[in-house]
Amino acid sequence: MAGIEMKNIVKKYGDGFPAVNDVSIDVEEGEFLILVGPSGCGKSTLLRMIVGLEDITDGDMIIGGKRVNDLAPRERNLSMVFQNYALYPHLTVYENIAFPLRLAGKSDSEVDQKVREASKTLELDEHLERKPGNLSGGQRQRVAMGRAIVRDAEAFLFDEPLSNLDAKLRGQMRTEIARLQKRLGITTVYVTHDQTEAMTLGDRVAVLKRGVLQQHATPRELYENPANLFVAGFIGSPPMNFLPAKVNGDSVELPFGTVKIPADKAQKAQGKDLLIAGIRPEHFEDASVVDPDRVTDESTFTAKVDVVEWLGNEAYAYVPFEAPPEVQQQLQQLERDLDGESLRTQLVVSLDGASRIREGDEATIWVDVRKMHLFDPATGDNLTMDAANAGIVPGGNTMARAEQVGQQQDGVQPGGSQATA
Amino acid sequence: MTHTTVAPDDKRDVRRADKAAASDRSKAENRLGMRLVAPAIFLMLLVTAFPMLRAIYLSVFNYSLTAPDDREFVGLSNYLTALTDSLFWETTLNTVFIMVVTVAIELVIGFAFAMVMHRVIFARGVIRTSILIPYGIITVVSGFAWQFAFSNNNGFVNAWLPFVEDNFNWFGEYGSAMAAIMVSEIWKTTPFMSLLLLAGLAQVSEDMLEAAKVDGATWWQRLWKVILPNMRSAIMVAVLFRALDAYRIFDNIFVMTAGAQGTESISFLTYRQVIEQFQLGIGSALSVLLFLSVLLIAFLIVKIFRVDLAAARQEG
Amino acid sequence: MSTKNKIGIVIGAALILLWCLLPVAWIISLSFKSQEAITNGSPGFLPSEGGGAGWQNYRDVLADDQFLRSILNSIGISLIATFLSVVIATLAAYAIARLEFTGKKFVLTLALVIAMFPVVSLVGPLFDMWRTFGIYDTWPGLIIPYMSFTLPLAIWTLSAFFREIPWEMEQAAQVDGATSWQAFRKVIVPLAAPGVFTAAILTFFFAWNDFVFGISLTSTENARPIPAALSFFVGSDPFNRPASLLAAGAVVSTIPIIVIVLLFQRKIVAGLTSGAVKG
Repeated sequence: MAGIEMKNIVKKYGDGFPAVNDVSIDVEEGEFLILVGPSGCGKSTLLRMIVGLEDITDGDMIIGGKRVNDLAPRERNLSMVFQNYALYPHLTVYENIAFPLRLAGKSDSEVDQKVREASKTLELDEHLERKPGNLSGGQRQRVAMGRAIVRDAEAFLFDEPLSNLDAKLRGQMRTEIARLQKRLGITTVYVTHDQTEAMTLGDRVAVLKRGVLQQHATPRELYENPANLFVAGFIGSPPMNFLPAKVNGDSVELPFGTVKIPADKAQKAQGKDLLIAGIRPEHFEDASVVDPDRVTDESTFTAKVDVVEWLGNEAYAYVPFEAPPEVQQQLQQLERDLDGESLRTQLVVSLDGASRIREGDEATIWVDVRKMHLFDPATGDNLTMDAANAGIVPGGNTMARAEQVGQQQDGVQPGGSQATA
Repeated sequence: MTHTTVAPDDKRDVRRADKAAASDRSKAENRLGMRLVAPAIFLMLLVTAFPMLRAIYLSVFNYSLTAPDDREFVGLSNYLTALTDSLFWETTLNTVFIMVVTVAIELVIGFAFAMVMHRVIFARGVIRTSILIPYGIITVVSGFAWQFAFSNNNGFVNAWLPFVEDNFNWFGEYGSAMAAIMVSEIWKTTPFMSLLLLAGLAQVSEDMLEAAKVDGATWWQRLWKVILPNMRSAIMVAVLFRALDAYRIFDNIFVMTAGAQGTESISFLTYRQVIEQFQLGIGSALSVLLFLSVLLIAFLIVKIFRVDLAAARQEG
Repeated sequence: MSTKNKIGIVIGAALILLWCLLPVAWIISLSFKSQEAITNGSPGFLPSEGGGAGWQNYRDVLADDQFLRSILNSIGISLIATFLSVVIATLAAYAIARLEFTGKKFVLTLALVIAMFPVVSLVGPLFDMWRTFGIYDTWPGLIIPYMSFTLPLAIWTLSAFFREIPWEMEQAAQVDGATSWQAFRKVIVPLAAPGVFTAAILTFFFAWNDFVFGISLTSTENARPIPAALSFFVGSDPFNRPASLLAAGAVVSTIPIIVIVLLFQRKIVAGLTSGAVKG
């Protein structure tokens, strides 16, 4: 077992644009690291560089203190679970799991002992003689994991292993993977585009955009202290609300009214004209269900609720608003970066299940101003970030840098995603 | 097979890896790739490009194997001889005629067969096995079988066809002889056509057909507006391959009429000049013309029907 | 499915069977007609009363040294050409499906052009060249062109199969500790085996079927394959052949094809459709 150090890793393809751009991430021994980002962010490429399936253009890849840039995959002693599992259809489950051991020339008795051990851990005993084609998605997934754990690899690598499973199974396998990793205590790097997996599985999470590392921190740090608009928008479901805001002293002017924010936050946002305020849905509430002590005029506003989705324990209320063009543009770009489609600017408010607000009501809504973030619309940086609790944030306007790469690339190759078609 | 949906992200990563800059690995890959295809390229060129060049060279000589020492340079006069000879044009016309008729009939019958094979639930194996027999059988054997079948001495066709006299000699005149040749050709190659079309049919999704049904399309409308447009590329590839194949018709003519009654094809004419009469000079000129006409036909089919060759080369 | 449709399909299926099997039945029937009946003229599908020959035609054909020799030639030449062609095509198809290299387009285009090549336009120069090289009328003289002309089909069929093997499979093997060769040998080859097999059958069909090279590049029984031998079977007058004897020869020459079709029907259909339409 070993730690993995990535130092200024760069990957450039033939077109000259960096798919991975100067990424440095330190994975400690036994740590569970998540690489997360929308499609095309370079997370899979980075993983494939760790395992050796992809050449490293520049930088150092150090595994267990040894530079492995020039080693073939088989010399790196890592094990990997592929997105489609990559089970060998012509081999039985037993032989699939045994495959790496056979290649290593282990004796039959050792192979048997290890395969049985792995199959017991993963509850595959009754399937050992079947072929992968006859297994369900979840079983295939477990076989792929069996093949990974059967040998004493330096680290586990997972490439979106749950994306081919249905929602329920995905939840179960997620817990299973977490449990297995805790038990084996092995260094793990896990690629996903699903922020739920990122939040629940990882000791730490590295968020990538267009090949540039945005923030590398624990899930809690990412959630509470996102480094920029991109991270803020990516982490959390439903996502953070972004509203145009003007700061005047310690009061913030939002489309629905003006609220007061703590002085230390206001301090960091002085001297800027138009800002973007970020408030998570759960940091709003129906003023009538909040402890009356906390409700003041300076922390509430009224708005006309458009649609209410009542889920029993909670409800989501939607409030449309108009945003000025410069904010609108930034938000649309952000939406695209997050693989979404921008339909309209609206506020999503999470209400307590006890709330009686109904569609069409003019509601009084309370906002938890302590949790509000203020972003610079030009760079996307979070002006109110608490740097001490935000993990590692690479300097130098990472979000803007990623956007620049993206624009250049899209400019050269119209359509972007079909660049190589 | 395991599940093979790949997220767009991933596909892109992998595809882009193909285009990697000249790293050591991609250089090695390049070398390995070229080494692996080298034997195939060598062989294919040895038997085509090299003889073709030689044919071009020989075609400007008056050269006969019966008098090899009299070889003399004659420039383009072999071509001139061929192109001004009515025989050349007759055989070419014959060949084109055979090509158009056989491919058209094969397309219709082949499509009907494909529809049946696509829907049939019982005896699938038996039908597929049977359909492979004409495909696998030697063309010469097919030629014999049909020649004897049409024979007025020993055949059964005259007896079975109500409006034909029992002693009618099919090989006695141009029209009927051509018909016999085409029957043999169509019999042997329709199965191939139907298999290609079957593969195309399988790619038309059932959902789409059901949607069309719900939308109120009749069987005929579903055929013309849903099925055929969706298997366009399969049809075009099949037509291209079969047309070029039909243009090379030789075996059936050789066996069934030996070119009598004006049933010669361009391939047969070329063969006769080269192999039977040892006229390598004029024969080579005919070879070159034959090759050029195949290129022309391929070009016309690709242009007229806008065949997607990329699909044919699986570069999609 | 409505009854009308069902009936239509049953009729269609019956027509297909009739189409495919009638001429085969005819040639088999013909092969049992006696020599005398043929000479006197014996129209009709089945042998007439007293016009049957039993197994005599088959005995005669199998007693014919030239015919036996041509069967041997065909089997030997076809098998060798098939084997070599498939090996070479496997290498090329693997490279085409998996590797990125200069000249890939060239190979594909070349294969496409050769698949359409008018074979007859080559026999003249080949005839000349083979005589110069001294391989005219020998096995290699036929094996080489058969290989070249079956390579396109084999390369297409095989690269379609290779493409269907997920990339990840090979990479997983590498991560599991396999060398490139081990990955090829232990993962790719077993998975591609059905494709190799299909390519082999199709190649064999082509070689067995060829006529143009067979008559042009041979002059004696030394290398003459079955189709050529059948066409030269007694005399050159196409209107007065020993029909029943010829039919017996034709049936014998078709037996290997039928055996192969019966055994591998599924694979041939899969190979034809994947190699030709998808690829």
